Amino acid sequence: MRKSIRNVKWILPVMVVLTAFFIAGPLQAGDLDAFRDLSGTLKISGGTAHIPVIKEAAKRIMRLAPKIRITIAGGGSGVGIKQVGEGLVDIGNSGRKPTPEEIAKYNLTLFKWAVDGVAAVVNPRNPVRSLTAQQLRDIFAGRIDNWKAVGGPDRKIDLYTRDKASGTRAVFWKKALAKGSISPKANFVISNGAMKAAVAGDPGAIGYVSVGYIDDSVAPVALDGVAPTLATVKNGCYPVARGLYSNTRGEPRGLTRAFIDYLFSAEGQRIAADKGFIPVR
Amino acid sequence: MRAEWIIESLLRAAALASASVSVLIFAFMAYLGYPLVEKGQLGNLFTRPWLPDQGLYGIYPMIVGTLWIASLALLFGFPLSLGYAALIQLTTDRKNAFSRFLRKVAEIMTGIPTVVYGFVGIFLLVPFIRRWLGGGSGMCILSAALLLAVVISPTMILFFTDSFARVPREHLRAVDALGGRPAQKLLYVVLPRSLRGIGCGLVLAFGRAMGDTLIALMVAGNAVAVPGSVSDSARTLTAHIALVTAADFDSLEFRTLFACGLVLYFMTTLTVTTVGVLGRRGEARRP
Repeated sequence: MRKSIRNVKWILPVMVVLTAFFIAGPLQAGDLDAFRDLSGTLKISGGTAHIPVIKEAAKRIMRLAPKIRITIAGGGSGVGIKQVGEGLVDIGNSGRKPTPEEIAKYNLTLFKWAVDGVAAVVNPRNPVRSLTAQQLRDIFAGRIDNWKAVGGPDRKIDLYTRDKASGTRAVFWKKALAKGSISPKANFVISNGAMKAAVAGDPGAIGYVSVGYIDDSVAPVALDGVAPTLATVKNGCYPVARGLYSNTRGEPRGLTRAFIDYLFSAEGQRIAADKGFIPVR
Repeated sequence: MRAEWIIESLLRAAALASASVSVLIFAFMAYLGYPLVEKGQLGNLFTRPWLPDQGLYGIYPMIVGTLWIASLALLFGFPLSLGYAALIQLTTDRKNAFSRFLRKVAEIMTGIPTVVYGFVGIFLLVPFIRRWLGGGSGMCILSAALLLAVVISPTMILFFTDSFARVPREHLRAVDALGGRPAQKLLYVVLPRSLRGIGCGLVLAFGRAMGDTLIALMVAGNAVAVPGSVSDSARTLTAHIALVTAADFDSLEFRTLFACGLVLYFMTTLTVTTVGVLGRRGEARRP
């Protein structure tokens, strides 16, 4: 009996605080107002670079409007384009511009809401912080297979790459490797997150991730002397950059439209910036 | 009488439907994979490397990778499972609770999704293997095989335990009467009497090891080169299918996935047939 009384005493302040949170949430929302009367399910899939931003946006929307359910899946840009084209999802994200064939085949409408760089990354324990474009191409083609050859320790280079569905791969391959070959010995990982985890754990690793994913666990490599940072991507000095696209089939309507608009709103663009991307507005 | 007829035909329809599904899947794969034959890619398929940028879609490296990983997993898992099953068998007579506990653990292990093992593998096994091999990424055949051994062991354990339990009690009592020790009982009576069961368990476990996707996808590294040693990164057929599904539906690249599916289909059919033959022979021999 006594115990239960004590429990109640403990619970009350917590409830007050929680309620305050719930009330405060909607109060500060301005750009989220459009969702207040909406309900339904919004399915999103595709590019894995987008996920941190989409996730944060979805969290804020669902906190305000509990009747809305937003599901987020990865898969890569190719999967996103294909699934939205076939009507499996409402929004298909891609970290590359869909090809003219894809746009025509699926009647896609493109929304580019942020710009992102793709950087080569190495393990932080590896002292190599700068490579020339030629060295990078040689490393990925397997012609250089020891870090010693590029001023690092005597250690075998472990290559990590992404599968063909990846927009990150498409951009890196085109703009950093100049469409050069990638060694068949390279390990394949399935998302930006998995790439970061793999490189962070392997002292001999080199891979590439979206600039938005870079943190202390991996070290970005400067390309021809230009470090991949938000500033250099923004002013165009760092060449390996791409738009982050959210694609819909035809013109978006209802919840889909509201979500896209939110990504372009001040708040949505702030989320993109917070997650390490360059907002378009 | 009439009710019986209805039930019987209902059951027959159900059986036919499920049997036709596997036939239909086979036909579907053969039909969609046919353009490969037409374009003369079939020979290349089993001999060439996977270089989609150069128009080469060989799945030979993946077949090699699959066989390497599955065989090694069996090699690691078999002795462990046999020992585990033997322990269950040995403790059955004396302390029932303990052997029941062992059996329960094995049963629970069969229910754990492989993605959980894969996750644990990435964070514990891969770094360990990397340090142990003194280089490389740690994502290799060895890591995948070790992890797969854990995944397929419960299947083998349960299969072995069951076949041990089928050894006639009189035989066991006879050993006791002769003053035989438990180890002797296991070695000279139980094991020889369950050889077929052990064979079936092995073949089934091999099938399961070949069919698993996630373990290989997460820890084998998925490189498309033909693996030369157990410390090399390799890709299995199943992981390959998972990685390439995003390719364009109409491309030749996508078509080759059906070839992968067919190869897996044949391998599985072979496994199941082997089990069938083994099982039947076992029955015939038992008077």
